[in-house]
Amino acid sequence: MIRLQYTIPFMLSVAVTATVSAAGRDYISIVGSSTVYPFATVVAEQFGRSSGMKTPKVESTGSGGGMKLFCTGVGVEHPDITNSSRRMKASEFKKCQANGVTGIIEVKIGYDGIVLANSKQSPQVNVSRKDIYLALAKEIPDPSGAERPVPNPHKTWKDVNPSLPANKIEVLGPPPTSGTRDAFVELAMEGGCKTFGWIKAMKKQDKKNYKSVCHTIREDGAFIEVGENDNLIVQKLLANPKALGVFGFSFLDQNADRIQGSLVDNKEPTFENIADGSYPVSRPLYFYVKKAHVGVIPGVKEFLAEFTSDKAWGDEGYLSDKGLIPMPEQERGKFAYDVRALNILSSL
Amino acid sequence: MMKTAAKIQASLKKRYAAERRFRSYGLVSVAIGLAALLLLFISIIANGYTAFQQTYLKLDVQFDEAIIDPKGTRDPQTLARADYGKLIKKTMRERFPDVKNRRDKRKLYKLVSPGAVFSIQGMVRKDPRLIGTTQTVWVPADDDVDMLIKGYINRDDPESARRLKDKEIAWIDAFAATGSMEKRFNKTFFTAGDSREPELAGIWGAVVGSFYTLLVTLVLSFPVGVAAAVYLQEFAPRNRWTDLIEVNINNLAAVPSIVFGLLGLSVFLNFMALPRSAPLVGGLVLSLMTLPTVIIASRASLQSVPPSIREGALGMGASQMQMVAHHVLPLAMPGMLTGTIIGMSRALGESAPLLMIGMVAFIVNAPEGPLDPSTVLPVQIYLWADTPERAFVERTSAATLVLLGFLVVMNGAAVWLRTRFEQRW
Repeated sequence: MIRLQYTIPFMLSVAVTATVSAAGRDYISIVGSSTVYPFATVVAEQFGRSSGMKTPKVESTGSGGGMKLFCTGVGVEHPDITNSSRRMKASEFKKCQANGVTGIIEVKIGYDGIVLANSKQSPQVNVSRKDIYLALAKEIPDPSGAERPVPNPHKTWKDVNPSLPANKIEVLGPPPTSGTRDAFVELAMEGGCKTFGWIKAMKKQDKKNYKSVCHTIREDGAFIEVGENDNLIVQKLLANPKALGVFGFSFLDQNADRIQGSLVDNKEPTFENIADGSYPVSRPLYFYVKKAHVGVIPGVKEFLAEFTSDKAWGDEGYLSDKGLIPMPEQERGKFAYDVRALNILSSL
Repeated sequence: MMKTAAKIQASLKKRYAAERRFRSYGLVSVAIGLAALLLLFISIIANGYTAFQQTYLKLDVQFDEAIIDPKGTRDPQTLARADYGKLIKKTMRERFPDVKNRRDKRKLYKLVSPGAVFSIQGMVRKDPRLIGTTQTVWVPADDDVDMLIKGYINRDDPESARRLKDKEIAWIDAFAATGSMEKRFNKTFFTAGDSREPELAGIWGAVVGSFYTLLVTLVLSFPVGVAAAVYLQEFAPRNRWTDLIEVNINNLAAVPSIVFGLLGLSVFLNFMALPRSAPLVGGLVLSLMTLPTVIIASRASLQSVPPSIREGALGMGASQMQMVAHHVLPLAMPGMLTGTIIGMSRALGESAPLLMIGMVAFIVNAPEGPLDPSTVLPVQIYLWADTPERAFVERTSAATLVLLGFLVVMNGAAVWLRTRFEQRW
């Protein structure tokens, strides 16, 4: 039989000793984009192993969530660094300033390509951004030529462009919360959307309408949201060779034996094409640092030095092995200099 | 009379058939359930069992004094900072002297895991006398090599589609031919924290995190749950208020777990300013989630204690409290513990509420207490499932196997407690 009168006090005493609070923080706290996560973690691990300091904690919260946490304030309870798969927005910058986060150092770390890929069992696809837009947008310009948006009537790729195969339009991609989706919409969809003169003209007059025409993905089943797991998309592509998938370049890089990237505007998504900017669907990746935390949280300066070293983000650094596309040397030099000098963002 | 008997006789066959059909429905349902379970186990085991082995390479590393400690001071600082990567690179170059091209050399060095540097560093720090000698060291191979050996990279694919090119495969085969490569038990998987290199990644950090989280959950939800159940069952008057409380407890048990995470975010993190990513907060959130389960199970178990026991105790002059503490509670305890363990095993498998409070994070060091940042096992599985490296696929399954193992043990303990201690009246 269990002696209750002894178990309860014992458990309570455990609870009390467990809640003795620890002040301060002896590790770097990083939040932000799930796209930058695989790169930030590699640097964090390398830093932890080689510096003898504690390995930074890297949370995967998404770019927007990271900015929110980052801009909440200055102090040990707030993160030191936030990763982002897009540049900080002016509204976020303002919010940061309002909460006392005034010294923000911006660091661009490199580029990431977004690929449209399919299984190797099917032939490689060659599309233009215009094709992507016409296949996936909820509303497209009236095919008859009238300057008004109509619900997307296209069922197969052949409907979009006669040179494409007569396969059903079936694209697997991330949900709207994902930075990859944002970038895909902005770079591929909007890129195709802008090829229509009257829509481009609309941008100046009616920005809201322009955005809704260019940025809204169709919801009738042609675009299938698969969740923020790129591995899952890869597996579904293997199961369904007729479907296309949208995800980050590093997943294509790791699975090059099973899937192939589609050519976009006649450019193949290769390391070289993304690095020199000729592949159109690529975006820069960033992280932001609080200047006020440098010197307060141990290791921030050393971590920045590790991240901006050629050993990490250089042409042959370990980040490029993980699929990050390095910046040109001159650009790297500029950001490395800003980091060393702790130059802060003055405005956006 | 005869007519009825004939009628019964005639319908008998039909009734037997209906009986058999009814049973077969049940049997088929059980079979479907078992098949689903079997499928789950087979797919996880088939994907995961290979992760318990890891390919190692044998290197004859010359611990060159000129590289490690050129001044010969044996100063621990110098030993810590030395470039041990150079030793490995040198060893690899000497092994394959005809590799001259810079690009090829880089590829050659990459056959060895980046973790090899740290194991050599560790050796030297432990025993500086190794400097100047040549030692045979087994170091983990890179994950790509491991994938080739385990058959996940197909040699017949065209070279452009393979992560390992013909040259690299030739080097690996040379290692294999001389017996300097073998698959060993993957101890790292059980002793290391998270890592971005699959061959260095382990579940220890997540296991410790799960332990602290569950400890907090247990310490909070068990006493509170039992006390609430005892009051509601033994002392509370039956009125509208207690009915309301009861309905709410039952409702809480059915609330999706993510909601508790949102609550944790706004109350424990934003309002009480507890640290993010800490097992303490995870435990608080999960104990909110398990409390209803514990209360409901505890009440059911109190209810099953026959009233004669209570009346007997009261009749002998025991006070209400004595009756409960000395007689009813001990008899109800096995049932309460069973309920608690089942609640805990649910908490162990939970990841959704922990997303909200920052436990979905890359954390290398195992936590040393409930305030250190940490993850838990299901979150580790979630994180690995989303990494690009192919070698993490098998590790994801292997970690799932470990989690399932813990769940089986906990549920087994619940069954054992029930059969061993439960009294039937």
